[in-house]
Amino acid sequence: MTEAIIADPARSRPKAGSPWTTAYGWAIPLLLGVCVLLAMLVSLCIGAYPMSFAQAARIVLHLAWPGPLPENPPWTVRELVVVQVVRLPRVLLATLAGLGLGISGTALQGMMRNPLVGPDIVGVSSGAAFGGVLAMLFDFSPAGVIALAFCGGMLAIFCTFTLARLAHASSSSMILVLSGIFISGLFVALIDLVKRLANDAQFPTMAFWLLGSFVGADPRKVAMIAIPTLGGGAVLMMMRWRLNLLSLGDLDAQSLGMNAGFVRWTILALVSLIVASQVAVSGVIGWIGLVVPHCARMLVGPDHRRLLPVSGLLGALLMLALDDITRALIRAEIPSGVMTALIGTPVVCFLFWKAQGKGWGRE
Amino acid sequence: MTGMSLPITTQDSNLKQGGSAAQTPRMLIPHKYAWTAPFLLAAALLLAIVASLCVGAYPMTPFHAARVLLHLLWPFGHGLAQFNLKEITVMKIIRPPRVLLAALAGMGLGISGTALQGMMRNPLVGPDIVGVTSGAAFGGVVAITLDLPPAGIIVLAFVGGLLAMACTFGLAKLAHGGNNSMILILAGVFIGALFLALVGLVEFYGNVFRIRDWIIGSFVNADWTKVASIAIPTLFGGAVLMALRWRMNLLSLGDMDAKQLGVNVSVLRWTVIAVVSLIVSAQVAVSGIVAWVGLVIPHCARMLVGPDHRRLLPTAGLMGALFVLGLDDLTRSIVHGGLPVGSLTAIVGTPTVCFLLWKSQGKGWGRE
Amino acid sequence: MSNTVIEFNNLGHAYRPGEWVFQNYSAAIQQGSIFALLGPNGCGKTTLLKVLLGALKPSTGSVVMDGRSAFVPQLFQVTFDYSVLDMVLMGRARQVGLFSQPSVEDEEAAMASLDRFGIAHFARHPFHELSGGERQLVIFARALVSDAEILILDEPTSALDLKNQIVVLDWITRLSHQDGLTILFTTHHPHHALAVADNALLMLGGSNLVSGKAGDVLSEENLRALYGVDLKLLAFEHKGHSHETLVPVLPYASRARQQAR
Repeated sequence: MTEAIIADPARSRPKAGSPWTTAYGWAIPLLLGVCVLLAMLVSLCIGAYPMSFAQAARIVLHLAWPGPLPENPPWTVRELVVVQVVRLPRVLLATLAGLGLGISGTALQGMMRNPLVGPDIVGVSSGAAFGGVLAMLFDFSPAGVIALAFCGGMLAIFCTFTLARLAHASSSSMILVLSGIFISGLFVALIDLVKRLANDAQFPTMAFWLLGSFVGADPRKVAMIAIPTLGGGAVLMMMRWRLNLLSLGDLDAQSLGMNAGFVRWTILALVSLIVASQVAVSGVIGWIGLVVPHCARMLVGPDHRRLLPVSGLLGALLMLALDDITRALIRAEIPSGVMTALIGTPVVCFLFWKAQGKGWGRE
Repeated sequence: MTGMSLPITTQDSNLKQGGSAAQTPRMLIPHKYAWTAPFLLAAALLLAIVASLCVGAYPMTPFHAARVLLHLLWPFGHGLAQFNLKEITVMKIIRPPRVLLAALAGMGLGISGTALQGMMRNPLVGPDIVGVTSGAAFGGVVAITLDLPPAGIIVLAFVGGLLAMACTFGLAKLAHGGNNSMILILAGVFIGALFLALVGLVEFYGNVFRIRDWIIGSFVNADWTKVASIAIPTLFGGAVLMALRWRMNLLSLGDMDAKQLGVNVSVLRWTVIAVVSLIVSAQVAVSGIVAWVGLVIPHCARMLVGPDHRRLLPTAGLMGALFVLGLDDLTRSIVHGGLPVGSLTAIVGTPTVCFLLWKSQGKGWGRE
Repeated sequence: MSNTVIEFNNLGHAYRPGEWVFQNYSAAIQQGSIFALLGPNGCGKTTLLKVLLGALKPSTGSVVMDGRSAFVPQLFQVTFDYSVLDMVLMGRARQVGLFSQPSVEDEEAAMASLDRFGIAHFARHPFHELSGGERQLVIFARALVSDAEILILDEPTSALDLKNQIVVLDWITRLSHQDGLTILFTTHHPHHALAVADNALLMLGGSNLVSGKAGDVLSEENLRALYGVDLKLLAFEHKGHSHETLVPVLPYASRARQQAR
């Protein structure tokens, strides 16, 4: 009788997962993948120049399989240019940025065992932004801006890690978050300094770039973000089960036979790579990396094997939708960074409220 | 029976005493002399103000400047003839407001940072981390875009700062994390980021250049109106906080405990929040964002005189004034104005914070 | 003769509607008595304390607390490393005006209180460097200096080694007998309650409770109902005094030992 009470099975039995997280769990990523493709097509039709869905689909099909040009193409040259040169790079850029931010946010949250952190918190966004404005100060070419932004992001993440290492943060995510805050504070100050030094022609460009926007997308930018995002994303996807182990805590992961330190630094490096490339091509876009993993977790539960692809796709979908809204509905160029901040803040408030009493954010 | 327990305790204590005697002292100044620190610092600040008046971009030897200053303070000795009008103007109209502005800004930031850390029981917060700086900046930027007079800038900056701080607190409360450092810091980071995004938006659509020149902390263009608009909130708010400085000890024990000791926690907390917002907003309104001072200075002061707010608060205020004044002198005399003070504090402050973090090896940082 | 200082009637609390932590709790605590609160983990002891202290609003019922109270949390930690004297001095918050600082008299009162507990030589030590038992005494000293009439302690012995447990329990008795303090404490050790408490309340969950004289309430049957394990009540003589204590009986280990013999 006594033993039965001590190990009360009714108390310790885990709650059965909801059908969404078990039976149809694998359907959701597939479904989302289709949604993203559809959303990209729809986004091609949206914009100042009107175009039908069928028309856009035909043009994309032609671009995807560029057979011989039909004798009498059902589209005008103008339509082709709009899709191929103006809209396609932009849509791809937004999709890739959202994808990268969603994946890296999820990886960071899992790794730090804290669902309230995001990629901007480790300082990489500020560092990349500093590199970008520095390049603009010296009138570099767009490629130079991207390259320098990338270097800045990596420098910032290096500083953050070094500082965290110095303070023996191997087991404490708190120290890592603090180091990130300090380092990004420094880079924000440096950005201000660069802004101050900029001349009247450079400054407005900088200010707009910093706010985060997909204006001025071109194939080179798409390549710049696609290679790190897809490459880094693929490696993260391969490590996604390791994230489950890592989210148990270093000690636990270590005792299960995993080299926690190595996995942790690898993931951080990949996340930095992805975020730096995103900032380099499209400026600072906050919030996505924080908010999307939560929505994904609500959809498919905390298992990173499903969570990581779902949050990547969800991020892409959200980013695309936001960009479409700025392009089509508002018709004014509100920078995407500001849009995400305005939409993200209420969501974050909701998340904080939901986090109550669940031990989130505790060491 | 009753007599028995005392020896047990005493024996226990003796053992413990032997153990802790070998421990290193926590403060740089022995406890006995800790009260002298504020007086020494006050004297140092006065000296620093006088010395700051004698350095600057205008080509004049410090010794000569001191003679002009002496003459201005004591105008009976020598005739005016030996100084030219330019020198008199520099010493009378240009340098004093700037020096006072720097000292007052530093003092306000030091005091309000200490008050915030004590109130939140968290040695990691500062005006910039809880979002009050960004909020004040947003308010100021809106005021500038609307072409409001200086008083309007201060009022809107104050409203923005208070709003941001209330948001941060509200958000942390939503997560039932009012006492949890991590939640509070994250809430502050989010709110700060939101207001910075809004600043960016206003900056982009408004008068970019004017806002840019205003937002980076700098004491260029100091005049007596600015001195008055920072002096009144800082000195008044500082006096309130100084009067409450022992209450800050109580507040730092935590809500439940403080309540049981008879403290009206919520009134006290909101008073401190309002006063801190006032001081920080006044500073942001007249001199832009001066980062890190409010976070770093309380730590240095705590190293010097220990955690008791009765000594800590005045010490932190004076140290903050000395720190900002020193950095401003640096920009005026050595860098010759090329580097705004706001950037300089960040460049000096970040390594200091990093050093503190490294030295503490994560001990006591943000742990409950 | 003695008058009631803490009284609660029909007290109930639910964090969410319908999910009662406890319900229909009533008890009265007399001045100068020691009252023990027992229950397994998660039964709502701390919640009940918080309701009594006014930190939580009760969902139903009322609490009357007649007198100044001081609370001693389970694990006392402060963010800043105050000295012991500074900690005790904070007990004077009611006496020191809002905009003034504590006077020399306040410091003397704090020192006297520390002296009473035999820890005056620690006055300048950082609070963090003290052991758990010494910290507990510092908090006692702070409660005394605040002129508290009611002392509420959350598991005062749980984090202490054996000797310090005895020191703290002994001080609980002394404060009640010599200073007339009313003391309410929670504990996981029924034998601690039996040793020092006058009255006890067992939280059996929901609206079930047993309360009354400690000697009556802490019976073998009640404790089995409370914890689901067997406890044996032992009475013995020591140096001319009669004592009672409670010893748990380990279900497997005692059988295994029997067989080994």
